Amino acid sequence: MARKVFVEVTAKFDTDGKITPLSLLWEDGTVYEINRVLDVRRAASLKAGGMGIRYTISIGGRQSYLFYEEPKWFVEAKQ
Amino acid sequence: MERVILHSDLNNFYASVECLYNPALRGKPVAVAGDPEARHGIVLAKNYAAKACGVATGNPLWMAKQKCPDIVFVPPHYDLYMKYSKIAREIYSEYTDRVESYGLDECWLDVTGSTHLFGSGKAIADELRERIKQELGVTVSVGVSYNKIFAKLGSDMKKPDATTVITSSRFREIVWPLPVSDLLYVGRATHNKLRRYGITTIGRLAQANQDFLRHLLGKNGEMLWLFANGLDTSPVSNIGAKSLIKSIGNSTTAPRDLVTDEDIRITLRILSESVSARMREYDFVCSTVQIGVRDNELHSYERQGKLLYPNRTASALSEKAFELYKQNHSSGKPVRSLSVRACKLSVLENEQLSLLPEISSIQKQEVIDSVIDNIRSRFGHFSVQRGIMLCDKRLSSLNPKEDHIIHPESFFKS
Repeated sequence: MARKVFVEVTAKFDTDGKITPLSLLWEDGTVYEINRVLDVRRAASLKAGGMGIRYTISIGGRQSYLFYEEPKWFVEAKQ
Repeated sequence: MERVILHSDLNNFYASVECLYNPALRGKPVAVAGDPEARHGIVLAKNYAAKACGVATGNPLWMAKQKCPDIVFVPPHYDLYMKYSKIAREIYSEYTDRVESYGLDECWLDVTGSTHLFGSGKAIADELRERIKQELGVTVSVGVSYNKIFAKLGSDMKKPDATTVITSSRFREIVWPLPVSDLLYVGRATHNKLRRYGITTIGRLAQANQDFLRHLLGKNGEMLWLFANGLDTSPVSNIGAKSLIKSIGNSTTAPRDLVTDEDIRITLRILSESVSARMREYDFVCSTVQIGVRDNELHSYERQGKLLYPNRTASALSEKAFELYKQNHSSGKPVRSLSVRACKLSVLENEQLSLLPEISSIQKQEVIDSVIDNIRSRFGHFSVQRGIMLCDKRLSSLNPKEDHIIHPESFFKS
């Protein structure tokens, strides 16, 4: 099981309505730049308990999921 | 060409959503419970662990606790269920435009026209199951068949997260041994009637004599016989096809011509009671009443009038209807048929108690009417009647609300 951590996200909204997250603010105050978005799809998070648009993102070469569960964003955190 | 129809059923819908959002609940017996403070303290939905202890939907909470001491009660989150239901329908609509919902958690899909794009009914069903699991985190059971009735039966046969196919060549082996109560529209009353004649399985119903069933159950008997034989042809309605209700009315052709004011009053009263009860079912009030009159020379007309205050009490409707009749029926000819219709409907919500005497008297009448509804639903339509009904039993033996609605709206929308 994972912790559901809501995070502050800076994102780009383009003219087609596409949303691209650019960076996120972690609990400890660190801002992480999102280098790439590898995949976008609707998905459930069984680990953290939630459902929304799931962005598979790469931060410093490491992959992670970022969920947009309108109107908030969350990540699955290790305890 | 044989149709390909799917029925998709979200398993333990409310409870599954709650367990998804609260991982700590998983594996424990869980029930979504109404609010005991508001006297809604019953089980609305439960998961498999709670079901295994014998907890059933509708059980009072104390009973559920007795059956299953470890049970966890959670309050319902309807906004979440609505959101899930909507997304599930969006997923379905990627495969066909013929999607008909049946409550929040069930849908029929007619994929006859899309099998050349997405594969067989079973292939589509399996894909749907996988997608719902991935995208929504809950499971569905899907029935695949050539009519809506068997598709629905199929979705109930294997749970959770399973596909059941019922083909026209094999339905006798699969469907006929099932208990007759599994069939859509065989409720408790019908079940009891059928059981008295040894009709305990769907197969026996299918092989019963049609005339006998008609005699026993009326038009429903014929319908059920068709269902059991796989002859249901009702269509899956188009997505977004909502039957917007604009008015609610009932009409009757009297068993004899209506001559006196009392004859008219009896009939208008019966029709008004039915219209009033139906408005309560849909939570409407009306501000206009319309009557239709046809005399014994088949000349007919309609007239309408406004109510002083929007409401739906049987008394207000029948008084207005009678007033309209007296104002307009100048010919004085005997009347053959009458109708009462409630128009300009609006939804009644969060009504406030009022200090205005007119409105508080309507509200009192409203309480009486719903008590009558309740008595009738428990003990039969004729268990409670107005005194005027006893003046002519032949005229008053009509029950328009139940006699004239053959199929509930939700199933036969078109």
